[in-house]
Amino acid sequence: MYQGPATALAPLAVALPVVLACVVLIVERWASRRLADLLAVGTTVLVFGLTAALVAATRDGRVVTWSGGWVPRGGLSVGIALVVDQLAAGIACLAAGLTCCALLYSWRYLKTARAHYQALMLLFLAGMVGFSLTGDLFNMFVFFELMGVTAFALTGLHIEEPDSVQGSLNFAVINSLGAYLSLMGIGLLYARTGQLGLAQLGARLAGRHADGLIVAAFVLVTIGFLVKAAMVPLHFWLADAHAVAPAPVCVLMSGVMVELGVYALARVYLTVFSASIPAPVVQRTFLVTGLLTAALGSVMCFAQRHLKRLLAYSTIAHTGLFLIGFALLSPDGLAGVALYVAGHAGVKGALFLLVGVVLDRYQSVDEGELFGRVGGRHPACWMFLLAALALAGLPPFGPGLGKAVTEEAAATAGHPWLVAVFVLVSAVTGGAVLRAGLRVFLGRGHRPEPIEPVEQMSGGRKEPETENTLRRTPLTMLVAIGMLLIGSTAVGVLPGLAAAVGRAAAVFGDQAGYLDQALFAASAPPVAAAPVAWWSSSGVLLGVASTVLAAVVAGLSLYAHPLVPHRLRSHLAAGFEVVRGLHSGHLGDYVAWLIFGAAGLAALIGLPLLP
Amino acid sequence: MGVLAYAVAGWLVIVGALGMLRSRNLVQATVALSVAQSGTYVFLLAIGYQWSATAPVFSSGSPPTNQVVDPVVQAMALTDIVVSAMVTALLLALTIQIEKTHRTLDPDELQRLKG
Repeated sequence: MYQGPATALAPLAVALPVVLACVVLIVERWASRRLADLLAVGTTVLVFGLTAALVAATRDGRVVTWSGGWVPRGGLSVGIALVVDQLAAGIACLAAGLTCCALLYSWRYLKTARAHYQALMLLFLAGMVGFSLTGDLFNMFVFFELMGVTAFALTGLHIEEPDSVQGSLNFAVINSLGAYLSLMGIGLLYARTGQLGLAQLGARLAGRHADGLIVAAFVLVTIGFLVKAAMVPLHFWLADAHAVAPAPVCVLMSGVMVELGVYALARVYLTVFSASIPAPVVQRTFLVTGLLTAALGSVMCFAQRHLKRLLAYSTIAHTGLFLIGFALLSPDGLAGVALYVAGHAGVKGALFLLVGVVLDRYQSVDEGELFGRVGGRHPACWMFLLAALALAGLPPFGPGLGKAVTEEAAATAGHPWLVAVFVLVSAVTGGAVLRAGLRVFLGRGHRPEPIEPVEQMSGGRKEPETENTLRRTPLTMLVAIGMLLIGSTAVGVLPGLAAAVGRAAAVFGDQAGYLDQALFAASAPPVAAAPVAWWSSSGVLLGVASTVLAAVVAGLSLYAHPLVPHRLRSHLAAGFEVVRGLHSGHLGDYVAWLIFGAAGLAALIGLPLLP
Repeated sequence: MGVLAYAVAGWLVIVGALGMLRSRNLVQATVALSVAQSGTYVFLLAIGYQWSATAPVFSSGSPPTNQVVDPVVQAMALTDIVVSAMVTALLLALTIQIEKTHRTLDPDELQRLKG
């Protein structure tokens, strides 16, 4: 165990935004709005620095902090710990960086916004940092709820808009129900072991046969995280929430909150359950659900007209790919997913902010209404098209590197056909975004027909999120978008960063090391053969291939409309109507799907383990 | 505690979920979510409860060798109650706004987020 100044970093990174959130509220009330803005951005920069220092400190092993100094004796403990490894510190760092960009973007933003917007963003950050750093299952639930409640409130920030409050309510109810199921699972584990720490739980469950209680606990605990990760069929809230949330909030939700669901699934399985629930069962389960998520996300993404909803479904499709990467349960798979998450966060964040810029100027997020209105001379144009290509996997951007590394991991694990899935999903989602960009900015192809709001949510005639309609895009907004794009590029071009992620992924999956370091203060074991996470020639080729395919998809959907035979088109449309009809926006339906999803997960994991 | 407490906990969660599923009014759905959460309180307390044990309070008068109920789950239930208060308050606030903007609280008539 590391004993030095770094043990103070982790609690500081969680506590600082909570305290500063309160200070920001006071400052806004008694001093000025500008000062509150400055304070909020300063806090996120500080948290970014703290978590970056944690990343550096965890190079040689985990940093373990026992709150109140209740250190374990002889492997027994009554304390609560923060156990930070490099991947945990890295994702906390990502959260801080994204929050910084989001707050910078909203410098002159949000008309009703008083300082409670900044305070909520800081609390949201505190929840995400705490969630990724904690080494205690119950604290995971608490931080899960903290980031949940702040996200619900931020989604419904425009309380006078009908869509906004409805989307926020769906989001809140489904996520809360998932969280309570998680709590039941935590209770079951506590009843069996008398422990709540991840390390202690892992030690107690090691080598036990996975009986009914352990399977039930695993399914219940993960169902909350999978709701957050928007796994099909628990994904319905995501599109509703992203369609109505302000653009900077979407950056945080799509960029890191959803991915934290996958992170928590990997953390809990690898640390607690890996010695009792056999790996092949988990692999099969999450391969199946990941494929389903990726497929449904891609189809729905392609069929959207509402720009924010289009990006939301693309996030769902990518989360499916992350789930598949996790299901490989290998260090190189995890390294690929970690790189993919980092690269995806920058690109997707930039895309959401660009849609926000367009909304504030033209008061619409509908592809048809915006057709050709924005024009190619707007600075957003080239950024949007570039980000679309990066999303499709163009080298040397971050998403392309993550995709390439994960594809190689899949091929090594004996599933070479997964490479085709990765290429196809990247091409379809990237192609859909590219098509939207070409239509909105350059007016290519034909103008899509207006849609009936009774059939599908339309993004026309929306209020801008800024105080007034923007005539020019402020520099702060463009700087924030540029920072996100540069960050995403950095993931793909810095070999040192990728190598560090490879090492971190090898440490992340090492259960014995986690237990030894958390409970027995052992020194870090040498990392066993860290995977090589860098571009290979086949990775570059596949990245180029998926980008070209994305361009083909975009071109076909823009120009080939009359070429496709009418009968085929109507068949496709009918099939799509069935899928789209499931996304009803109805609360009761979503709850039913949640129950169905939990039962399905229990069947997928429990049935193969029956004696 | 006996099987009964666990059965009550499970029943509350299921009834709460069914309540949300079949709800025709968002206030009712919010309360149903609280009912489901009450199931988690009962569940947590049932895990730590022991017959013929005392409250986990030690003083000079009571030697710490006594049988006591588990304080950890009680702390968890308390935290859970705080979370519940926060979520319920937020949901009711959203429900008021939905009534103001949509002029209805029936989920069947909220038709704007489709596809």
